Amino acid sequence: MLSIDNLHAQVEGKGILNGINLDIKPGEVHAIMGPNGSGKSTLSTVIAGHEDYEVTKGSLLYQGVDISDLSADERAHLGIFLSFQYPVEIPGVTVTNFIKTAINETRKGQGLEEMPANVMLKKIKEKAKLLSIDTQFLSRSLNEGFSGGEKKRNEIFQMAMLEPKLAILDETDSGLDIDAMRVVANGVNTLRNDENAIIVITHYQRLLDYIVPDFVHVLHEGKIVKSGGKELAIELEEKGYDWIKQAI
Amino acid sequence: MDLQEKLVASYMAQTSTSEDSKRMAKLRSTAIETFEQQGFPNKKMEEWKYTPLNKLVKTDYTVFPKKIKNVTLTDVQRFILHDVDTYKIVFVDGVYSSFLSETTHEGMDVCLLSAALSQPKFRKVIEQYFDAVADSEDSFTALNTAFGREGAFVHIPKKKRVEKPIQIIHFSTGVNQNLMLQPRNLVVVEAQSEVQIIERHQSLSDTAVLTNVVTEIFTHKGAQVDYYKIQNDREEASLVDSTYIHQEKHSHAKVHTFSFGGQFIRNNLHFYHKDQAIQSTMKGITLVEGKQLVDHHTLVHHAHPNSESHQEYKGIYDGQSTGVFNGKIVVEQEAQKTNAFQQNNNILMSDKATINTKPQLEIFADDVRCSHGCTIGQLDETALFYLQTRGIPKKEARALLTYAFANNVLASVNIPAVKARINTLIAKKLGVHLGFNL
Repeated sequence: MLSIDNLHAQVEGKGILNGINLDIKPGEVHAIMGPNGSGKSTLSTVIAGHEDYEVTKGSLLYQGVDISDLSADERAHLGIFLSFQYPVEIPGVTVTNFIKTAINETRKGQGLEEMPANVMLKKIKEKAKLLSIDTQFLSRSLNEGFSGGEKKRNEIFQMAMLEPKLAILDETDSGLDIDAMRVVANGVNTLRNDENAIIVITHYQRLLDYIVPDFVHVLHEGKIVKSGGKELAIELEEKGYDWIKQAI
Repeated sequence: MDLQEKLVASYMAQTSTSEDSKRMAKLRSTAIETFEQQGFPNKKMEEWKYTPLNKLVKTDYTVFPKKIKNVTLTDVQRFILHDVDTYKIVFVDGVYSSFLSETTHEGMDVCLLSAALSQPKFRKVIEQYFDAVADSEDSFTALNTAFGREGAFVHIPKKKRVEKPIQIIHFSTGVNQNLMLQPRNLVVVEAQSEVQIIERHQSLSDTAVLTNVVTEIFTHKGAQVDYYKIQNDREEASLVDSTYIHQEKHSHAKVHTFSFGGQFIRNNLHFYHKDQAIQSTMKGITLVEGKQLVDHHTLVHHAHPNSESHQEYKGIYDGQSTGVFNGKIVVEQEAQKTNAFQQNNNILMSDKATINTKPQLEIFADDVRCSHGCTIGQLDETALFYLQTRGIPKKEARALLTYAFANNVLASVNIPAVKARINTLIAKKLGVHLGFNL
C-alpha cells in the first residue's frame, strides 16, 4: 500500500528526513517511535502532502503510484488521512458542516455524487456513537474550546467518517487521560480491517497497549534505525531512547 | 473646467427652475458655498490621507441625466431581495420608478423624498429633520445638500413595529455617460418603533458612475433601527456614502456594511448620542480584490452617560486592493460609564494588498471602558493544510477559512434573506460553492 524508499525531505532548506525505508501492506498497523526531533511528525506531514516539505531524494509510492507531486487534498481523495497532534480550531464552522464539506469535497475529488443528506445524517449518528460523541457536540464550532480529549476524539470521528485506506495517527495519545485514550483506541480498533493500514506515531508505549502494532520502527535523526515487533516498544519503554542511540 | 467648477456652475443653472421653500433654498445656497470654499478633500487632510480622490475628481461627471432608459424587471430582478416580503423604494438614474417600487402611506410613510419635500403635510417633518444631523461642514455632504432632491423618505410613527423590511435601491443604467448621483435619504423613527432597512446602489452597465449619497437617521426614545448596506457594485462604480444617525434615550441603531464590489467606496458612518442609555452597533465585512479601495470612517460621539457602542469590522483584501479603517470614538467628559468596544481584523490574501487601520480615541471622561484592537494577518497555513488533509481543495479551504473569519459579523444579521444573500455573494466572490450557510 505504501512503499517508501530512501526518502529524503527538507523544510526551508533544512534536511529532516535522511533516507527512510518503509513498506506497509493492507491490514497492517505500524508504530513509529522516537525521541523528540527525530522526524516522526515530519514523516507524517510529508506522507500527507504539506507543500512546504520538499522531497529531495528517494520515492514515495502509494498503491504503486508516485504521490510526491500530489497536493494534500488529492492525497486525501486517494484515501490518505492524517490525524493531527494539534487539531486546528475553526470558529464559525460546526463539526457537522465541516465533516459534510470534507465528505462531499472528497467524493467530488473521487468523481462521485454528493452523499444524500439522509445517508450522511445516519452515518454521522452511527460514527458519533462509536466514539461516545453526543449530538450537541456536533453543532459546536470545530475544535473551538474543545478539551484535549474532545479534539482527539473528533479526529478519530473524522477518520471514521472518511474511511481512509491509510490513516496516520500523529501523537494521538498526547494530552489524553487513560479513559479518553481507551475511547479513542477502541474507535481506531473498530475501524481496523484487512484492507486498510494504520501508522501510529507515538512517543510512549502506552497507546500501543490498546492499539497493538504488527511492526514497531524507531526513528532517529531522520532515519529508521531499528525495526521489530510489538516487543520492541516494550523494550524501548524499559531502556529508554538512549539505548538506541548507544546501539548505533 | 474642473469637476468642482462644473458642479458649482450646474448648481447655479438648476436654482432658477427649483420649487424649494425659502428655508430649503437657503440651506442649499449655504451648502454650495461650503462646497465651493472647501472643494473636494485631498490627501493632505488627515481624514483622506489614504484615500486618493484624484482619479474621481478628474472624471467629467454629468450632474443632470439627460436621457431616460426604461428598465425591465428582468434587468434588475437579481439585485432585489425577493424571498422576503418588503417595501421597495427604487430609483433608476436618480428618477423614482413606480413600477419597481412598493411604497405606503398606511399608518406610516415609506415613500420618496421629493414627495415629502413638495407636499405641505410633510413640511413640518422636513423642517425639523432635513439636514439636522448631517455634518454641514463636510464637503461631500454639503454637495449633496445642494443637489439632493430625491431619495427615500421613511417616517415611522410611535410604537410601531414595521413588519416588512424596506429596500432602498438606486440603479444607474449607463445611458448617461459618467453620471454623478446625489441621493438623499431621510429616516425618522419615532419613540418605541422598530424598522429594518436595506440599502443598495447598483450600476447596470460598465459606464462610470459616482454616487454621493447622504442618509440621515433619527432614532427617538427606545426606537430600534436595523440598517444593512449591501455594496456590491460593478468595478466602474464609485460610492461616497455618508450616514448620520441621531440617537435618543434607550434607542439602538445598528448598521451592517457589506463592501464587496465597486472601484472606490468611502463610508462615513457617524453616530451622535443625544441622551443616556443608548446602544450603537456597527459591523462590516469587506471582501475586495483587483484595484478596489474600501474606506470605513466611523465616528461614535458619546455625549451622555451609560451608553454603549460596538464596532466590529472584518476585512479580506486580495490582489492590489486597498483598505482603510479609521474608527473614531469621542467620549465627552459628561459621558461617564461609557462602554465602547472596537475591533478591526484584517486578512491580506496577497503581497500587494494594503490595509491602513487606525483607532482614534478621544476620551475626556474618567470612568469609562473603552477597548479597541486591530489585527492584520494572513490565512493560517496550518489550518489550510488541515482542511486539505480532509479532502477540501485549497480554493475551498481558503473560502471556508474566510467564512470562519467573517462569521461573527454575519451572526448579528437579523433578516434571514439578507444573511442568505450575503452568504451567496461571499461564495460567489471567492469562486466556490459550499454546501452550507453559516
